[in-house]
Amino acid sequence: METLIIILIGILTAVATYLILSRNIIRVILGTAVFSHAVHLLILTMGGLKKGSVPLLKEADAPYTDALPQALILTAIVISFAVTAFILVLAYRAYQDLGSDDLHALRGTNDE
Amino acid sequence: MRINDVILRTVTKIVVFIILTFGVYLFLSGHNTPGGGFIGGLVLASAFVLLYLSSDIESVQKSLPLDFKMVAAFGVLLATSTGFGSLLLGVPFLSQTFAYFDLPIFGKTELTTVTIFEAGVALAVVGVVVTIILSISEDE
Amino acid sequence: MNNIIVLPLILPIMVGVLLVFLRPYIRLQRIISLLTMIGVACISVYILNRIQTEGIMRLDFGGWKPPFGILFVADSFSALLVLTASVVTAICLIYAFSSIGERHERMFFYPFILFLVAGVNGSFLTGDLFNLFVCFEVMLLASYVLVTLGGEKAQLRESIKYVVINILSSWFFLVALAYLYGTVGTLNMAHISERVAEAGQGPLLTTVSILFLIVFSLKAGLLLFFWLPGSYSAPPTVIAALFGALLTKVGIYALFRTFTLIFYHEPSITHNLIGIMAGITLIVGCMGAVAYKDVRQIASYNVVIAVGFMLIGLAVGTQTSLEGSIYYIIHDMIAKAMLFLLVGTMIVLTGVTKFDQMSGLIRNYPLFSWMFFVVTCSLAGIPPLSGFVGKVLVGQGAIENGSYVLVALAFISSVVVLYSLLRIFLNSIFGETIISPEDELPLKKGLLIPIVLLGIGTISLGLEAEVLSSYVSDAANTLFNPSIYIDAVLSGNK
Repeated sequence: METLIIILIGILTAVATYLILSRNIIRVILGTAVFSHAVHLLILTMGGLKKGSVPLLKEADAPYTDALPQALILTAIVISFAVTAFILVLAYRAYQDLGSDDLHALRGTNDE
Repeated sequence: MRINDVILRTVTKIVVFIILTFGVYLFLSGHNTPGGGFIGGLVLASAFVLLYLSSDIESVQKSLPLDFKMVAAFGVLLATSTGFGSLLLGVPFLSQTFAYFDLPIFGKTELTTVTIFEAGVALAVVGVVVTIILSISEDE
Repeated sequence: MNNIIVLPLILPIMVGVLLVFLRPYIRLQRIISLLTMIGVACISVYILNRIQTEGIMRLDFGGWKPPFGILFVADSFSALLVLTASVVTAICLIYAFSSIGERHERMFFYPFILFLVAGVNGSFLTGDLFNLFVCFEVMLLASYVLVTLGGEKAQLRESIKYVVINILSSWFFLVALAYLYGTVGTLNMAHISERVAEAGQGPLLTTVSILFLIVFSLKAGLLLFFWLPGSYSAPPTVIAALFGALLTKVGIYALFRTFTLIFYHEPSITHNLIGIMAGITLIVGCMGAVAYKDVRQIASYNVVIAVGFMLIGLAVGTQTSLEGSIYYIIHDMIAKAMLFLLVGTMIVLTGVTKFDQMSGLIRNYPLFSWMFFVVTCSLAGIPPLSGFVGKVLVGQGAIENGSYVLVALAFISSVVVLYSLLRIFLNSIFGETIISPEDELPLKKGLLIPIVLLGIGTISLGLEAEVLSSYVSDAANTLFNPSIYIDAVLSGNK
């Protein structure tokens, strides 16, 4: 199971790398989103994909899974959500003001 | 030009209440079972987003005069001040406490300070999500 | 009860949120934000003094004992940095009052400055690696907003690159955290250190440590600084000054913490790598500082040189060199803020950005010009200014350790710093005045006072180095002997 998930993470990372290297800024943003999914899966896998009950007080009799990776992932999701929202708005503003969503065109000159 | 969205509008009127109830349920159940302020807040926010989608922004703001930036700020303030309260009481930061009360209708109920913190989180999430959606959708 | 050490994080956040409600009342916002920063500075002085008498302070959030809960730990190193960061921010706020303009102030400028400081202070104080990530993100999100605030074209363009680079480095941070958690099963820094020491730092852990090195180098601008000059020269002066003073220092702090507390078992790999990276950073930074004529670019490359210099102290890794680096970090926060404020003010006064187009500022603004001379000497490490002590100690430590190449690079870089700034000084401050008395823009007191305050700071830090010496040597002692930190965190009696 772990091996499968690791392969999946590898595929996601490859896709994200491809996206982030493109010139279109929306693709770059999508790439960062896929990146964050890959790393969330990685945290989950690294915590160990054990089979156990839910880490909740009422059902604590049986051995339960490690709750920490899930807490970490939740935090990471919130942060990546905020950052993605911010960069989307930023890209939109930049598109309005600079008239381009092509990163090559956004390179700019030093004499401004 | 307005698209014909009678179905969307009619359904929204009912569904918004279902979503809102579900959001509150998730928020309250979050203490010992899956749920909590963040998820509850997201669901509540989705109800507001649906409202904005089905009718336009101006008419929603007319009947719901809330500045969602302020909602978010109030939520953060509420959440941090529950942490701050433990400073005043001389226990470690973010400590929580709970007690059982006999309330008239609910019977024996567990009330905890975490709920206040979670309420802050929920408000912050609602405020932030709606603000994000509004700022992306605003097009001049 | 050690609740006081959470105040440098929580106070700016709460006040920042309050200021959101006070959006229309700009004067009130200014007063409150300044008072908050002064308050945080006073609190950190108190914390610093308590650490000297009672040892390292620790706060377990919600009463959860380490290694299970999250916690804040304040040792001398972090308290010194919190103190300096708060003082520098307070002074920069004074500069902002008369420079940033009402439009920015209405767009939540002060709340975001406070959030930035909260993130910075939180990163210094946390004792948990995942919390470090969270505090980094708080700081970075605030910095994203501050970079774009105002929405100038150049800002939008540079900020996209800045944000994407930082998202990528945060991604690497999470990957490194995941591998570390998978390997040692804990995230409390003291506990990780203990486990790493027990299990030995094998190849796997060394690889993880190099991953951390990449992450923090991106944040600190060690070797991977290609994003830095662009994004530090786009935003308004005061924001650039805060970035130059604070943001890279957080990355440097993280490097110091992880490579003295956790991954100190394989110095032949990790510390040598840091040394090589620091050396290359110095060389390339020097080239940049000499190559450009735009004064903001020169200031940005001076940041890069300083980063390389501070990390030589870590790469060498003796107690003396660590002490020197700590001195130098404190000095650099003050001096870099001052340099950025001076450079920004020069651009405002003359309206041009290249130093060969300015001339004779000393006739129009004598005090201002002498302040530029002070910061030049201070950054070059000329006694009795504040840069001197740090440079000498780092050099001494490196010679003890036989790292002669690094010593040579460090001192050549000081000469280049002196050259790059003297070039500005001779060209734009000395020489024929080009501003006629009628066209002379009055230099507002609000712009001059903070610069003079920072100037006094760097002079007194140099003259009164003994006042700090006991704190700094305690900080270096804790860094050099990780067991002090581990004992303070994992002993359950407090």
